[in-house]
Amino acid sequence: MITSSVFAEETPSGNRVPSVVTKSVSDNEQSLEETSLHPKLSLLEKAEILLKEKSFKKKKQAVELLIEAGDKAGNNSSDSIARKWLENLLSGHLYQHRKDKTLVFVVDGKISNAISNALIENAQKKDFKKITTNNALRKQLRSAIARLDLSSPDAETRLHAVNNMLDDITPENAALFKNLANQEKNKNVKKAMQLGIALAALNQGSKEDKIKAIKEVAGSLHPSVRNRLALLADNEDKAIANAAGSALQKIESRIKMFGHAETLFFGISLGSVLVLAAIGLAITFGVMGVINMAHGELIMLGAYTTYLVQQLMPNAIDYSLFVAIPAAFMVSGLMGVLIERTVIRHLYGRPLETLLATFGISLILQQLVRTGVSPQNVPVSNPSWMSGSLEINSVLSLTLNRMYIVLFCLMVFFALYFLLRKSALGLQVRAVSQNRQMARAMGVRSARVDAMTFGLGSGVAGVAGVALSQLTNVGPNLGQNYIIDSFMVVVFGGVGNLWGTLIAGLSLGVINKVMEPWAGAVLAKILVLVFIILFIQKRPRGLFPQKGRAAGD
Amino acid sequence: MFKKQSFKRYFASLIGAALLGFFSLAAAAEDTIKVGVLHSLSGTMAISETTLKDTMLMLIDEQNKKGGVLGKKLKAVVVDPASDWPLFAEKARELLAKDKVAAIFGCWTSVSRKSVLPVVEELNGLLFYPVQYEGEESSKNVFYTGAAPNQQAIPAVDYLMNELKVKRWVLAGTDYVYPRTTNKILEAYLKAKGVDEKDIMINYTPFGHSDWQSIVSDIKKFGSAGKKTAVVSTINGDANVPFYKELGNQGISAEDIPVVAFSVGEEELSGIDTKPLVGHLAAWNYFMSVDTPENKEFIKKWHKFIKDDKRVTNDPMEAHMIGFNLWVKAVEKAGSTDPDKVQKAIIGLKTPNLTGGTAEMLPNHHITKPVLIGEIQEDGQFETVWQTEKEVPGDAWSDFLPSSKVVVADWTGKKTGGKPCGNYNTVTKKCSGQNFK
Repeated sequence: MITSSVFAEETPSGNRVPSVVTKSVSDNEQSLEETSLHPKLSLLEKAEILLKEKSFKKKKQAVELLIEAGDKAGNNSSDSIARKWLENLLSGHLYQHRKDKTLVFVVDGKISNAISNALIENAQKKDFKKITTNNALRKQLRSAIARLDLSSPDAETRLHAVNNMLDDITPENAALFKNLANQEKNKNVKKAMQLGIALAALNQGSKEDKIKAIKEVAGSLHPSVRNRLALLADNEDKAIANAAGSALQKIESRIKMFGHAETLFFGISLGSVLVLAAIGLAITFGVMGVINMAHGELIMLGAYTTYLVQQLMPNAIDYSLFVAIPAAFMVSGLMGVLIERTVIRHLYGRPLETLLATFGISLILQQLVRTGVSPQNVPVSNPSWMSGSLEINSVLSLTLNRMYIVLFCLMVFFALYFLLRKSALGLQVRAVSQNRQMARAMGVRSARVDAMTFGLGSGVAGVAGVALSQLTNVGPNLGQNYIIDSFMVVVFGGVGNLWGTLIAGLSLGVINKVMEPWAGAVLAKILVLVFIILFIQKRPRGLFPQKGRAAGD
Repeated sequence: MFKKQSFKRYFASLIGAALLGFFSLAAAAEDTIKVGVLHSLSGTMAISETTLKDTMLMLIDEQNKKGGVLGKKLKAVVVDPASDWPLFAEKARELLAKDKVAAIFGCWTSVSRKSVLPVVEELNGLLFYPVQYEGEESSKNVFYTGAAPNQQAIPAVDYLMNELKVKRWVLAGTDYVYPRTTNKILEAYLKAKGVDEKDIMINYTPFGHSDWQSIVSDIKKFGSAGKKTAVVSTINGDANVPFYKELGNQGISAEDIPVVAFSVGEEELSGIDTKPLVGHLAAWNYFMSVDTPENKEFIKKWHKFIKDDKRVTNDPMEAHMIGFNLWVKAVEKAGSTDPDKVQKAIIGLKTPNLTGGTAEMLPNHHITKPVLIGEIQEDGQFETVWQTEKEVPGDAWSDFLPSSKVVVADWTGKKTGGKPCGNYNTVTKKCSGQNFK
């Protein structure tokens, strides 16, 4: 089939650009002639031949045959061969041998025959070629599997299957739901099926049917409900149009409410990233007064530690973060102690020189990673428990990775807070930062405390790096992207105040996200910066200025 | 045992060899043609551009094995403009004025090309530019071997519109000149095709943007209006990774809302976890996975040259190969490396590309290219799902922008009233900008 699409016609200037005939690779061959397949072949055998073809059109036919085979297998469909093929095709585990063309499953390096399911020993993965799929095919596969799943004994699977079919409900599927809904015992599945039936009734059916269906779907937030209702709101029949309009309004106002909740969540999650990045700095800059431009690079080192840990334990990515957190703390912390002992120690009380020296250190660390690891970004995987989202309803879902990072941020914050408030080290740190001479007179080894404090701040930066590696790219420039934001948060919150950092980070995140929808990402950032500049003019010591003797300098 | 005598002799022969080497080098210098390679080897763009420097070295090496050009050996002069735009101009001046190179192969970003442009025009050099760009330019001294918007963006939109029946469009890009110009062209094109204003959403983000939550959520809402929605992405560089991750986390798969990207190629995919990207699309003029003998041969040569079987090939590499081969042919046809003669000779020359077709240098200094749409696979390669049947000729001035649709470029002068011109207004019959007799 050749579809011609002309996208460069004659220009007014007479500059003729040849029109271009385009073709679709999947459609370029004649559709398969049935004669090439022996009529006596079983559905599976036919499907097998078609699957091995390169053309996506033929694979599509193969999938249709497999669905037919799956339907015929009936209730036992969950373990039929057809079903297995469909699933493995979707997940990309179906391969064929490069020479003898046998179909196999390749799962986690284990290769098994696709028909007998017998494990093939001594098989090399490179001898097999993957049976590729495209988006259209995957969509077809998903809905095919969903149909087969309707008879699954597991309620969760059934619910998932029904929801999958709701997107474009056909009269046949609605009829299928009608049959199944009577026997369905699970409440949620039944509800989803009834929604499907009502949705189908919105499309066709008498006036009374439609109005009844509108009432039934009015509480649902499913996007297809909204779209159908929007269409019906323009209906010629006043009664239908009114019913649809008021149902739509109810839905819209609920969506709006959830929209605000979502923005709040986005803001808090952005804020928690800012807090994580800044909290190490709140110690080195806030408590010790060292302007550490290499803070971003300490974060980067933490992120690279995560990468190395994952390289060392490739089969246990799910647990890698639990190893990476202490490892990153140690790596960045030790680097911090090293920096403090070799450079910063000599520069106390000379902020400008400290700034330049630590800026130099940041460049050295960046280049070290560039030459030592790679100038390119390195891949850090997300553990499976951090992927996906917690779906509260069809319009509000909270992404899991962000939720964990908000929790993690709070944990780090309170751990640090109690460390500084309740431990001996914390007492010494506060003593040295308030009055070094007096603290030394009281027997505090101030040099050691300085090193420990700087190491602690750096270690926390490393831990932040582990969290950031789950959200953004891990590369030599990672730190640079966060250094400005970190200083912004600390200064806004009030130097020397951990609570200030937390409140400042979270509120900057929320402000940013509230503004983003109408100002755009670029402008929102600029506006936040302008806001902070104005704020600092008014309150130079930030949100929570230090009071009393601690503030004196 | 170490003998003093033998050491002396060894030393003498070493000096002799060095002298010999020096003289043969000096003799060779007269018989070489210098080729400038202007790609960043340090700084932010080094990730992409270092590969192109290596590609040029490979091509030059190979040509020398075939006996060079006009009986002379080629010699690469590699300089490092360090991802610093003004330095690009300085280095180009150095290559042309000091090293007297016959041609420069280089630049990646549009801003670096714009910075080099006045230098090559002033010193009458030749620049071969291998990267897809926003168009709206045609210089006498520049040959654009990457895609113009009508060779990448417009066919990709056609594919989405005709094959995937997309009705709603998100144009998402990084905030700089290439995405902004491309999106302007695409917006005009979509409107010309009857797409309603409210079915187009345009969004720009800063370089290296990493917090995609609200934008992806907006795209999700935009896409739930019951019409098939697609994202046309001119998001640049590593901001893509968190973008695709966020799409995955918010449960948007390529089947629901496909993303077609213009800046994500094999090289960019080789450093990242590709799982969340599988099924999303990219439009290019070349994919490493294209199964032709020419491509297999090229990949084999590349792996041998770079001594690493894992390295990928990509679209700009093919563009450099085409540009280099065209230049070699033009020099041979002209019998000289003189820029004016080469410029005349190169127009109309053809060379095979790696996807089984031919690339021809057009009078507007762009080339003909096939357009391929590929789906990202788990191994970081693309599976071609659609391609144009014939090569598409590159259009310097977009036909979809009101300001440029009356403008043509023709360095033979046929369409531009006799005088060669890169910016000829067919209504006012005037040549503005670079007017050369």
